[in-house]
Amino acid sequence: MSAVAVAEKVKEPKEPLFSKKNKALISNPLDDDNPITVQVLGICSALAITVQVKQAFVMTLSVMFVTAAGNVIVSLMRNYIPNRIRIIVQLVIVAALVILVDQVLKAFVYDVSKALSVFVGLIITNCIIMGRLEAFALANKPWPAFLDGIGNGLGYGVILIIVSVFREILGSGKIWGFPLFGHKVGALLSDGTLATDASGLYALGYVDNGLMILPPMALITVGAIIWVQRARNTKLIEA
Amino acid sequence: MAVDVNSNKYTFIFATVMVIVVATLLALASESLKPMQNANVANEKRQNILSSIGISVDAADAEAAYTENLVEALVIDANGQVVENPAFGAFDIDVLKDYKAGLSNIYKANAGDMDAMKAALLAWGNGGVNYPLFVLNKGGLQVYVVPMVGTGLWGPIWGYVTVAGDGKTVVGAVFDHKSETPGLGAEIKEASFQKPFEGKTIFDENGEFTGIKVMKGGAKGSEHGVDAISGGTITSNGVTEMIIRTLKIYEPYFLKLQAKANATEVVELPLDSASLALDSLNVEEVIDSLKLSAE
Repeated sequence: MSAVAVAEKVKEPKEPLFSKKNKALISNPLDDDNPITVQVLGICSALAITVQVKQAFVMTLSVMFVTAAGNVIVSLMRNYIPNRIRIIVQLVIVAALVILVDQVLKAFVYDVSKALSVFVGLIITNCIIMGRLEAFALANKPWPAFLDGIGNGLGYGVILIIVSVFREILGSGKIWGFPLFGHKVGALLSDGTLATDASGLYALGYVDNGLMILPPMALITVGAIIWVQRARNTKLIEA
Repeated sequence: MAVDVNSNKYTFIFATVMVIVVATLLALASESLKPMQNANVANEKRQNILSSIGISVDAADAEAAYTENLVEALVIDANGQVVENPAFGAFDIDVLKDYKAGLSNIYKANAGDMDAMKAALLAWGNGGVNYPLFVLNKGGLQVYVVPMVGTGLWGPIWGYVTVAGDGKTVVGAVFDHKSETPGLGAEIKEASFQKPFEGKTIFDENGEFTGIKVMKGGAKGSEHGVDAISGGTITSNGVTEMIIRTLKIYEPYFLKLQAKANATEVVELPLDSASLALDSLNVEEVIDSLKLSAE
């Protein structure tokens, strides 16, 4: 797991809420310390749910919430958790948190819960969450831990959304579910009837790239992003 | 603090307390939220049933709209006969649970014998002994909504197929799934997949049961087929299997409906030709329906 960001303990008692160090907790994971492209965590869920932008967005929000809340809870308990069973304790906290949230959503906002149902398992097993609990929350105060959770959730989400934009446009010719290049034969039109002929680019013979829908293309897209990022940010290149 | 956080005693106490606290919390949440969750699930079922007859409503209005459009909810036995005074309501039958129980019974009974298992699966109805059938009112006509469950690629798929009063024409279908691949198998819940079911027939011109097939390579105008989803072959096959297996159970009921529909059509004809046309049908049923239509 990540040995990268075991941040030094925050010692000064009166530190402004958004000090330089605290701001870095949010901005670092976006680039220099990105959970997906630099720490290579959370790849499994990045492959699974980047077919459509909407799902990637929902997953981003969920993971941000769980990393932030999990970090705060573990940080509050950090002086009481026995060292030998800390991983189990973290796992129980994350799993309980996710199940609790899912139960509440199921009761009050059923539609959201249905949209999330596939993700619940993916969130609990997301290595970013455990990684941040272990590497940061156990050694830091609640506020920096909260910022770290938000930052890493964002860093994860940025990559997820970039990948899903490429995959949805090239794979289904849509963005957020709206068709970009016209419609195909048999597509459902806005008036509720089925299209009898293609329109737009499809009428000219354009075909969606079916490979983009399949998981391997997510890996290739992530690879391309890592390449671009390292070309820009020379700090990341190992000797 | 004076307590040694890493001592064995502390570790044991911590683990015990944590487990008890978390278990209580989850149990409390689950129990106290259950009524609301069940209401949501029931409303979704109502929404699905309504959607299969072309009515889309919000979850909040689902119950009222369902009650308004429902003519009756019947329970059908494994032979396609209506169960009189069933011990439970049709709405409460959990077809998914019955299906899973039926599957696991077959696997247990035929463990180790692949051929016997395959034969049992082919001959199998739906696992349960009671099947729900919802009779709804669509534009003044009675339509018959059949709930069904089956197996997709990654998990269960389910749907509602609505048959018209003539006992053979499909007037609508909705499908949903638990975990099919987004963009591929998951397309079964899109209107673009469901819309083509409208107007298809589940019996051929000789009166033989055919069901509706999801056809790879395109239905090409078939009366009993719709286009499959490219890249979603296993889910498409699962839909075909689910439709044919489930509708087959209701076949006797649909045959009765057809007899009734034919009988009402031929009442104006001279009696001898009417009886000729009805030779293959259950005589008592026909007489009953003739009486009804005469009234």
